[in-house]
Amino acid sequence: MKPENIADLIRIIECQIPRDVESALERCREEEEEGSISRQVLEAILENIRYARENGIPMCQDTGSLVFFVSANGMCSKIRNTIMEGIAMATERVPLRANIVDPFSRRNTGNNLGRGNPIIHFEPSPDGAVRAGILAKGAGSENVSAVTMLDPDRPVEGVKEFVVQTVRKAGAKPCPPIVVGIGVGGSLDEAAILSKKALMRRLDKPSEDVFTGLLEAELLREINALGIGPMGFGGKNTALGVRMEVADCHTASLPVAVSIQCWALRRISFEVMKDGAILRGD
Amino acid sequence: MGKTYMLSGRIGESEIDQLQVGDALYITGEIFTMRDQAHLKALAILRSGGDLPFDLRGGIIYHCGPLVQGTKVISAGPTTSMRMEKVEGEIIAGTGAKCIIGKGGMGAGTLGALSKYHAVYTEYPGGAGALAAKAVVGIRAVYWKELGDPEAVWALEVKNLGPCFVTMDSHGRTLRDELKSSIHGSQA
Repeated sequence: MKPENIADLIRIIECQIPRDVESALERCREEEEEGSISRQVLEAILENIRYARENGIPMCQDTGSLVFFVSANGMCSKIRNTIMEGIAMATERVPLRANIVDPFSRRNTGNNLGRGNPIIHFEPSPDGAVRAGILAKGAGSENVSAVTMLDPDRPVEGVKEFVVQTVRKAGAKPCPPIVVGIGVGGSLDEAAILSKKALMRRLDKPSEDVFTGLLEAELLREINALGIGPMGFGGKNTALGVRMEVADCHTASLPVAVSIQCWALRRISFEVMKDGAILRGD
Repeated sequence: MGKTYMLSGRIGESEIDQLQVGDALYITGEIFTMRDQAHLKALAILRSGGDLPFDLRGGIIYHCGPLVQGTKVISAGPTTSMRMEKVEGEIIAGTGAKCIIGKGGMGAGTLGALSKYHAVYTEYPGGAGALAAKAVVGIRAVYWKELGDPEAVWALEVKNLGPCFVTMDSHGRTLRDELKSSIHGSQA
């Protein structure tokens, strides 16, 4: 894997929305009332998606902060360096907007790198293969995301209430129709990571866990019943999907994190083959 | 359904007052990108009695941090307007801007200023950055580049930028209030 590969993958996610997301947006457009602002907004979004793909232009000016999920045994430093070089290259070539700043002085680093950036979540690989995912996360939706520690007395209701309340509070800000990534359990930090990881699962791929899948479907119904609609102009479609990842947790705790994702869900998964070639996944 | 208007980059009060929530605008002329940092910097200058290096009288403020490469605007959709709510009323009063383009809606402070100073708040479809950049003909000037590219003020020449939906007009109306029966308790 070379920095060029990383830059190419970043170009793909910035300019080409995944097919499952585009299909979900097309379905939403058909469901919204003819002539409504909600439907007009979805038409503009779909036209924007096609125009960006055909011309190799980032679909949104907020090219996001880049989050990496890497499953590998060893080589972490090498992988990290390759990713960093790839991001600097992508910033010039795709191009990406320079989004990373010092949190206090707000001074821009100019190349999307900086202290603690890029964010890379490493985990051991079960079979030795190197697999990775990239998520380009915009700030409009990240800013309305939330994490909490619930009392564990009524876990299902508690989680559902917190998720729905977070979406209601977000309103039009995160560019709905959104995708809602949920992390339940683990710890404060782990729940937040799981909520991001949940966004990597395709919208047309149900959870392998039956209970999780049912909860996702129930939450999607409740969220769409809020009626916030596309860009907050009312309607049937507030969310394109709900994705949840679960980990066991301390007996006294119930950590819950909600990563709100704008309609522009920019993600890619891939495997690095033995000869360094990249095999694209979902 | 609302009416459709073609507007130029400098707008008069009577033009503004004919606009109603739900109308769609297509804008041609000069617009100025201003987001978080530019709002704060402009406010500091105005409060100290100074003049801004650009003239916003009758002008259009775009809540946008464009993606720019060299002299070309690559992608330029709106950013979430609510972050500017705390200062927007004072910016409208101090600059004489007549139209704001953003996304996600704004609050009571801005609504009051829109009525008092005859201005409108409009929304371009969020995330449609590539499409918005297609309407950008060129960059006339850039101010406060030291704030970083996303936060700088870009004076952009646009042609038929739209639809920008009027969601808060100069008559005290907001579109989302009127849709409220279908938006249960959204704080948008």
